[in-house]
Amino acid sequence: MTASTASVISLQHIQMTFHDQNGELEVLRDIQVEIRPQEFLCVLGPSGCGKSTLLRMLAGLLAPTGGQLLKADNQQLSVGLVFQQSNLMPWRTVLDNILLPLELRGVPQDAALQKAQDLIELVGLQEFTNVWPESLSGGMAQRVAIARALIQDPDLLLLDEPFGSLDALTREKMGAELLRIWQARRKTVVMVTHSISEALLLADRVLVLSQRPARVLLDLPVRLPRPRGEEARYSAEFQAMAKQIRGAISV
Amino acid sequence: MVITIALFLLLWELLVLLLQLPAFILPAPIQVAERFVRALSDGSLLEHGAATLLEVVSGLSCGVLFASLLGYLLAKSRFLENVLQPFLVASQAVPTIAIAPLLVIWFGSGIFSKVLICALTVFFPVLVNTVVGLRAVPENLRDLMRSMRATPWQTFSQLELPAALPILLGGLRIGATLSVIGAVVGELVGSDRGLGFLINVGRGQYDTALVFVGVLTLVCLAVLLYSLVVWLEKRLLRWKLD
Repeated sequence: MTASTASVISLQHIQMTFHDQNGELEVLRDIQVEIRPQEFLCVLGPSGCGKSTLLRMLAGLLAPTGGQLLKADNQQLSVGLVFQQSNLMPWRTVLDNILLPLELRGVPQDAALQKAQDLIELVGLQEFTNVWPESLSGGMAQRVAIARALIQDPDLLLLDEPFGSLDALTREKMGAELLRIWQARRKTVVMVTHSISEALLLADRVLVLSQRPARVLLDLPVRLPRPRGEEARYSAEFQAMAKQIRGAISV
Repeated sequence: MVITIALFLLLWELLVLLLQLPAFILPAPIQVAERFVRALSDGSLLEHGAATLLEVVSGLSCGVLFASLLGYLLAKSRFLENVLQPFLVASQAVPTIAIAPLLVIWFGSGIFSKVLICALTVFFPVLVNTVVGLRAVPENLRDLMRSMRATPWQTFSQLELPAALPILLGGLRIGATLSVIGAVVGELVGSDRGLGFLINVGRGQYDTALVFVGVLTLVCLAVLLYSLVVWLEKRLLRWKLD
């Protein structure tokens, strides 16, 4: 592993204000964050606080109204995006959905196909390669969405409450799955979530945002040893951090 | 289905026999069949059928082409939609049948006026469906395409077109049958060929069997076009059917 200290992307005094006919809506206020290579960062905060806005900004879908997004080498980052809904294209099979990003970039078919097969194996969907997305369960569809996000080997994997629409059991399984994938591919991950325990089980670092306009309330490194199994939940350290985060959110 | 048709023909034959109807009021099915064979063998049915088919196909293609182009622009621009909406609704409120005589006066009794009537008939349903179809493209998928830096063409061909296709083909299905009506209306108003013309000739000569032949051929034509669109839907929307 290369221990680079430069950040993948650095948010400096980020400000976001939306204007519409009803006036202004300040969503983000003076956000200051460094996202480091290969770290798993979870963003927590009350609903509607602007977590998704932050993610959309990182994805390049939205330009901040103030402040700067500094990227390593000043290059445009490639991002892999996963939403709460899998957002697969129903007219493409599982394989073709995963191939989409490479197709858009004109990658030769043979190379693309090899990568797709590898990813399908990684997310364990070999038997569903040529199936229409409609017949997949929620968890499986999300795996396809993750594979699609990973296939272009993105600098940044952005997850917007990726397991939010799954039931509790599937959700836990998918969390473990995501960790396995992350460890296999060593991507820089930013994930928005509602769940404190999910954040603590997955993240290297947890960012807690305030009510709108969102500021960073807490930037908490999570130094629990990995792998974090079920037992990790009951450790004193885990409990203390959960309490600290809850306290910060409810201020 | 075969039994239903056979029963229907039998009933028809009986009706003519029992009521002693003259052939110019209601010809027996057998007379219609004979007239059909005659029209087929002297080439008139093929000639006029082909003329109508040409009008329908050209009108349908033009109508669909312009309607989907304008629909795409409307779906993209609320401004354009607001400006054009009243005109479009007004134009739809005018029945094509009512302005068909005008179009024939302006553009002559040749093929062009019929193609125009056809195109106008299919224009609105295809336009509306294009707008609805494109508006139905999920915003998240647009975001996804943008995050992968898709070009406008890629967004169109890989997202908008396939996403809107089911609704678009629904519009085409309505348009296909409507365009046959449009062409015949044009021909009835004024023309020198086509199935509508053939029907007019039959009427003028009290050759009612010929009128029946014309009508039945029109029905076949409409069914054929409709089936063609259904076949297209089956081919293109496999993901919906499986």
